Amino acid sequence: MQITTTVNGTEVTREVEPRVLLVHHLRDDLRLTGTHWGCDTSNCGTCVVLLDGEPVKSCTVLAVMTDGHEVTTVEGLADGATLDPVQQGFMAEHGLQCGFCTPGMLLTARALLDREPHPDEQQIREAISGQICRCTGYATIVRSIQWAADHPADQPADQPADQPAAQPAEAQA
Amino acid sequence: MQIPAAFDYVRAESVGNVLDLLERHGPEARVVAGGHSLLPMMKLRLARPDCLIDINGLAELDFVVEEPGVLRVGALTRHATLLDSALVGRLFPIVHDAERVIADPLVRNRGTIGGSLCQADPAEDLTTVCDVLRADVLITGPAGQRAVPLAEFHRGPYESACEQSELVTEIRFPVVPRSSSAYEKVERRVGDWAVAAAGAAVTLAEDGTVADACIGLTALGLEGVATEAAASLVGRPPSEQAVTEAGRLAAEASDPTEDQRGPVDYKRHLADELTRRVLRRAVQRASTGS
Repeated sequence: MQITTTVNGTEVTREVEPRVLLVHHLRDDLRLTGTHWGCDTSNCGTCVVLLDGEPVKSCTVLAVMTDGHEVTTVEGLADGATLDPVQQGFMAEHGLQCGFCTPGMLLTARALLDREPHPDEQQIREAISGQICRCTGYATIVRSIQWAADHPADQPADQPADQPAAQPAEAQA
Repeated sequence: MQIPAAFDYVRAESVGNVLDLLERHGPEARVVAGGHSLLPMMKLRLARPDCLIDINGLAELDFVVEEPGVLRVGALTRHATLLDSALVGRLFPIVHDAERVIADPLVRNRGTIGGSLCQADPAEDLTTVCDVLRADVLITGPAGQRAVPLAEFHRGPYESACEQSELVTEIRFPVVPRSSSAYEKVERRVGDWAVAAAGAAVTLAEDGTVADACIGLTALGLEGVATEAAASLVGRPPSEQAVTEAGRLAAEASDPTEDQRGPVDYKRHLADELTRRVLRRAVQRASTGS
């Protein structure tokens, strides 16, 4: 069936089979491979994207369920060349080791800070408790999110971004 | 890669529309809300519906409303909404206790109270919560609406009183003065199913004795509530001695099975200890009004 979803701010219309999961729609149909596909069983949280601003596991959402809704992937976090504060925080505090869980962690962090701009450590740990970092780099991830809370978006970025492929292929054409 | 088998998908526009669709598509149709129980089962082909009826657009089923003597909660209310609701936390702190340990925040953003109850997993937390709060489940079907006490709603693992042609639309919690409640769960890691859990609701008389109590256990092989354990408290002051006896009776009423989460002795110990803890906390909350 045909669905129209706003992905990273751009309306995208695609024909999808009802059984296609959002994670595969993003990766395979829209070529937004920043959304990582991990355990496939709703456990690891690697595939987290924002659905209408709330973090969800995209391996447990049907793409057809996003018709008429807004999806934000890690590709949509940066504002042009300016990285989101959570991305800057993960750089500043080295909130990653292998990086596989990072896109989901960034999006969960963004949603947390949108809702609670000054979270304490416990709130940060609870927010990311559905996501597994098998490098067990949680301490630096927590510090990265605290860094982002201390450096909100209106402050100038220290680090320029690479040109991110922020939008699905259709929008670029 | 886990992909569900092919199915038809239709987005419902109203409760009436859901009932029409259920009738039209017959026994192989399933209602999907949050989908966090159903979709993993479909990926493993443990469930293989021909048709999914998506009720996520039915805002009419997403509400938390206090009316005299009752809190009405729409079936499509997400776990995250219940956890965020100050009203829910004030009237029924047990709901917040339980919601904090149901899966993880990401799952709670999608999963719904109606879906949890209908899934009827024996280790599901809200069943115990609704049991001890003596909630009613409102079921809407072709013949109209009926209220089913939670004690009669579950017919066994993964089976409920909601027929194929019907939809759970609301859960109603009686609001009782001088009452409070608590829930505690032991899990192996965040988001896991319970090794064991206990819930309790307590009503105090004006003289401070226990006027009413209800105790429920999760994942401990007890169907319904621990009647004798609760009855042992009624009419007595909620002393440590009374709480200890209730814990012992609840553990005796449990019938846990050994599995990868632990042996029988350990689980029975948890039934005892967790019952005592939730009783103490419920009593403390009821007496301080917090």
